Amino acid sequence: MDRVIVAKNVSLSYTADETIINQANFSVNSGSFVFITGASGSGKSTLLKSLFGAIKLKQGSLVVGGVELSKVSRSKLNFLRRHIGIVFQDYKLVKEWTIEKNIMMPLIINGYEKSVTTNQVESLLKHVRLKHQAGKYPLELSGGEQQRVAMARALSHNPILILADEPTGNLDEYSSELIWKLLEGANTQLETTVIVVTHHIPTSLNVDYKHFHIEYGTINEIN
Amino acid sequence: MKSIKNHLSLIVALVSILFSIQIFVIVERSIDAYKQNLANNYSVVVVSQKAITQKEFFKINKLISKVKVLSPDNVIKRLNSDIDKSNMEFLKLTLPKFYKLHLKSYPSPREIKRLRKNLLNNRFITKVEDFSNTHDTIYKLLVLFKNVVLVFAAVVSIVTMLLILKELRIWQFKHNERMSIMGLFGAPTWLRSAVLFRLSIVDAIISSMIVFAIFTVLSSSNWILNQFKNIDISVVIFDNVGDFFILFGISIVLSIILASMIVLGHKEEV
Repeated sequence: MDRVIVAKNVSLSYTADETIINQANFSVNSGSFVFITGASGSGKSTLLKSLFGAIKLKQGSLVVGGVELSKVSRSKLNFLRRHIGIVFQDYKLVKEWTIEKNIMMPLIINGYEKSVTTNQVESLLKHVRLKHQAGKYPLELSGGEQQRVAMARALSHNPILILADEPTGNLDEYSSELIWKLLEGANTQLETTVIVVTHHIPTSLNVDYKHFHIEYGTINEIN
Repeated sequence: MKSIKNHLSLIVALVSILFSIQIFVIVERSIDAYKQNLANNYSVVVVSQKAITQKEFFKINKLISKVKVLSPDNVIKRLNSDIDKSNMEFLKLTLPKFYKLHLKSYPSPREIKRLRKNLLNNRFITKVEDFSNTHDTIYKLLVLFKNVVLVFAAVVSIVTMLLILKELRIWQFKHNERMSIMGLFGAPTWLRSAVLFRLSIVDAIISSMIVFAIFTVLSSSNWILNQFKNIDISVVIFDNVGDFFILFGISIVLSIILASMIVLGHKEEV
């Protein structure tokens, strides 16, 4: 099975004197579902950010989707990001765009034709049960609805990898369940690799998953 | 509403810069026209012991455009009654020659000084009357007027530039989030900043159109045309093609610089 992520001796930090992740070694197979857990401030989100090149490595080698992130050019990083779907805890939707345009954004960036983008967005809006809200702006929606839009955006361009940073934190039960179902569907039906940073692993999930726990800067795999 | 307000502040800043530039251009054109007018009426009188040809005068100083020989008849007429005809002819031959020199443009005091020096270097020229006192006063007034307008235009431009810089910060804040989000999904720089460039170019077009409309109205205003008529000059207030394209170009360049500064100053936020 192909490896979508390979990390060797990866150290991450925001400042020179404080190391958040220390000499981490791990790999993720293509099509797997991975949970990353840990206490607040343990470095879960930092690790996730490093996977899409938002944080530079202090040390080591990190290969994501065949791209070595320790010495990546801007154009190569853009290329990699075009194949990743990211879900943030704070949604990161463009406020001045309608939710339809927000979902469409990765498709536009990837250069899809208009007919394709329109069909894809329509189908995703149906999946996240927001078809009736297509023309609304993010701030007109509830937190749960905004996260569903962010989820649809992450799935829109059929990425090889979905990175989700506490996607259900602060959400109501209905929206949380819907988000987990969408992540599960992407993993089982489209064989998309899913990496989720969370405090709690949902019990309702019907997938085999890998579990990494971060403690004191060390990543441990839990079976 | 907020978006219109943001657009308006850039448009107002651009309009004021274009407006002050065009005002300065009009003042400069008026001064040039007025100087030409003065140059047409201004002349230097030269007294020479021997006849000097026009060609020789042109060689003395390049500023000289036309040479007119002043006839001594008027002086001689006054003596007519007392002198007989043969003496009169002799007198005519022995009298110095008087020349009126017209210049190509209205000279600066330094140019007049140089002209006077060049003329007096000719061994036959004995006297040069350049009316420098009157000339200097008029010239200094023109220079003062031009400088006052230049300072005014510069102050307006500086103030509006500061306005634009403030606008830049607002735009930076406004567009930074969208550009960062697009960056997270792998959008190349041109795509991330396309909206910004489109907006600033639209604002530049709107500002140029507003200035075009203002000056088209002003150039057909009788009151303004009469002001120029009063000082005997005719000035092109606004050239619908030439001036418009210059102002449009300035406006586009300024707004592209503004957008580029935002793009260059953009820091990805995650």
